[in-house]
Amino acid sequence: MKLKTALMGAVAGMILAPMAYADGHVGERGRDGNVNIIYWQAVSTMNPYLSGGTKEIEAASLVIEPLARYDAGGTLVPFLATEVPTIANGGVSEDLTTITWQLKPDLLWSDGTAVTAADVIFTWQYCTAEGGGCAQAAKFEGVESVEALDDLTIKITFEGPKPYPYNAFVGGQSPIIQAAQFADCLGPKAPECTDANFNPIGTGPFTVTNFLTNDVISLAANENYREPGKPAFATVNFKGGGDAASAGRSVLETGEFDYAWNLQLAPDVISAMMAGGQGEVLSAFGTNIERLEMNLTDPSPSLPEGERATVMHPHPFLTDGRVRKALSIAIDRQILVDVGYGPAGQPNCNLVPAPALYASDNTECLTQNIPGAIALLEEAGFMPGPDGIRVNADGVRLSVLFQTSTNAVRQDVQALIKADWEQIGVETELRNIDAGVFFGGDPGSPDTFQRFYADVEMYTNNFEGNDPQAYLAAYKCGNEPRPESQWQGENINRVCDAGYDAMIAEYAATSDPAARAALAIKMNDFLTKDNNIIVPLIYRGRVSARSNTLGGVELNSWDSELWNIADWYRISN
Amino acid sequence: MTDTATQELAPLKVEKPRNQWLDVWDQFKSHKGAMAGLIFLIFITLFCAFGPLLWNVDPGKLDVRNKDVRPIYMLLFDGEAKVNWANPMGTDNLGRDIMANIMQGGRISLAVGWTAMILAVLLGTLIGVLAGYFRRLDGLLMRFTDLVLSLPLLPLLLVMMLLFRDPLRATFGPENGIFILIVVGIGITSWMQTARIVRGDVMALKEREFVLAARSIGTPPRRMITRHILPNVMSPIMVSATLGLATAIITESALSFLGLGFPSDFPTWGKILFDSVDRMTAFPERVIWPGLAISLTVLAVNYIGDGLRDALDPRIRGL
Repeated sequence: MKLKTALMGAVAGMILAPMAYADGHVGERGRDGNVNIIYWQAVSTMNPYLSGGTKEIEAASLVIEPLARYDAGGTLVPFLATEVPTIANGGVSEDLTTITWQLKPDLLWSDGTAVTAADVIFTWQYCTAEGGGCAQAAKFEGVESVEALDDLTIKITFEGPKPYPYNAFVGGQSPIIQAAQFADCLGPKAPECTDANFNPIGTGPFTVTNFLTNDVISLAANENYREPGKPAFATVNFKGGGDAASAGRSVLETGEFDYAWNLQLAPDVISAMMAGGQGEVLSAFGTNIERLEMNLTDPSPSLPEGERATVMHPHPFLTDGRVRKALSIAIDRQILVDVGYGPAGQPNCNLVPAPALYASDNTECLTQNIPGAIALLEEAGFMPGPDGIRVNADGVRLSVLFQTSTNAVRQDVQALIKADWEQIGVETELRNIDAGVFFGGDPGSPDTFQRFYADVEMYTNNFEGNDPQAYLAAYKCGNEPRPESQWQGENINRVCDAGYDAMIAEYAATSDPAARAALAIKMNDFLTKDNNIIVPLIYRGRVSARSNTLGGVELNSWDSELWNIADWYRISN
Repeated sequence: MTDTATQELAPLKVEKPRNQWLDVWDQFKSHKGAMAGLIFLIFITLFCAFGPLLWNVDPGKLDVRNKDVRPIYMLLFDGEAKVNWANPMGTDNLGRDIMANIMQGGRISLAVGWTAMILAVLLGTLIGVLAGYFRRLDGLLMRFTDLVLSLPLLPLLLVMMLLFRDPLRATFGPENGIFILIVVGIGITSWMQTARIVRGDVMALKEREFVLAARSIGTPPRRMITRHILPNVMSPIMVSATLGLATAIITESALSFLGLGFPSDFPTWGKILFDSVDRMTAFPERVIWPGLAISLTVLAVNYIGDGLRDALDPRIRGL
């Protein structure tokens, strides 16, 4: 009997010891069991080079990693590299044409082979291969060559001076993939390598054990992860699908999931869910701007396909800056925030809202000005017609087709903007399109945001990191989506201005931070305050939810939200 | 014994010929569920059709200061509830009046239901009668029916949206364009059951003696169908029509619920339901009222169909 008690005591002690150990956030790998993550937009591939979607980039960040990432504060931290190269430490050359990265020694892929400079070079070749549609090609723009100085040293040479050289291999969008696994997947063969695209071999904290397209991904801790004792979780159950409301509910009310991504829900809906007491809502502000894009070309269906919404036909009334300005100042942005965003949004007039150095002091649009808007429209020659809708002498009616993606908050905002525009005599027709189609980028669909078969559209966009060069350079002549470019391109408004193009060129050649900031503000003001081609509405935070039992989460709005999942742990009650 | 029978003949009581439809009505009246359904359907139709004349509130008018008003009966449970006699059924999160929205939404939902049903029944009857009466067309038409039966409605409507939305919008305006699209979409995907039932009945009728007799005196097929066949298949047609109305309302609601179909500021019962789901726990009335309207209308119509089937069947009517 005594022996039995003693044995049981010993067993109990052995069970209790690791539990006490787990309370501190360190311990052996996989000590905290399983973590459940829900992304209400399901993931279709684990290869971010084949999809521009945020969900794919974030899911891939569990498995494959870049040389450096942005942390929650927006500063670069080395991941696979030993340090971030700068001019001061000699990593970036004085003439700004090369950058030299040093890999951490003894890095292993999850299959046990060594990570070398050859893998990094291969990643560049993979994305720039002839005949391949690399979704992250912008990251490698201006890169002339990538070469290995030795097994662990990579030198990137640019075509000209690059004041901001941290694009290639930095951030969740351009992680390093294994040369051995993807060697036969170059160019047009890239989408055919299903096995590699679904189960990439990586250096990240987890590896894929089972991938079901557009459904569930099962992952397990990577035995070869470089930091001992991490990740704390042995497995990840990464569920996709549903909608924002049910995802929020599953974390905040029922506690089935530990982490839910991107809760674009009205503030009263979120606070009702918070009453469930199972979790908390996190938000972080990066550079997300919910904006109205004004179409400068004519989207009328009476135009032949191929000419519709192209620069061949200017828009009948949105090409008049006074009309665009009237539409902007007629909107009461504070009400939009109160109804749709709450603490997760602020009224805003800038395309580049952050970092502080780059943000213009543009606040004119913050106060609604109906009389001012009416005066502008009358100055432009639009007088009220018999039905109250303004018409000009040529019979052009101010009737606007306003489209966005299907989401309860966006539809509420649409209704409010429609009411504002009604007051100044502008007729608004609302249209909402399923998010999968709207953001899907399918060149065959007439409903994508790039095709822009509408007068005005609303969505959110942002830039990664803390330099808006590529973001502002998008609005250059020739970068507009058009039939010849398979309707791809980032100049959604079809802006074409020689002065603005000159500023883009000047910006790329400027290296002094203060001068760059001043130029960025000028470019921002050109697009927003001076011309109202882009009408910013709300500076949006990322909003996600975590369960009360999940620790270590640091919401990052500059990179993948799962950037530090290796540090997540279970808080035991 | 020579006297003739002087037995007075009782005057022959000639019953006034009764209209057949009066018999149908008598039988229908005896079906309690059908009567209740009919009364409800008339009520909801009047409510939606003439309600807005009495309740003159614009369903699209936003009034953010007056948002989230609870229905007036909430006072019974909670004296502190935010209520307002100007909005007896409350307002939504943007301050739109819910009663006005339910009336407006009902107009659209019922209009879609009736029109799509009529379209489906016309198509179904036409194809069913042709297939049943003309043997040569039978194989072709029935294979075509099988083909359409295997088409999934949702992807089909998505494709139709893609192809026809812009031209219809340009011709009929945004709301009417979508209305036509949805009605046609529902109509051309729900006639198949009617067609199959009608075909079966027509084939059975075709072999009956009265049809043979009519044919022997040289009745042409056109007359044969309109005079002898169609009146005899009326009863299954009317029953499938009522069921079709219910299906059409539900399909429209499902489409709106999925966020397809009408523009977001254009209320239908399904759309009101869809918009309210996020706040279901805090404001249950916003899903209960449109939900009740949909299910009661569908239930009412089903009961009417049930009653009509009994009433139109001479065997049940006891003749």
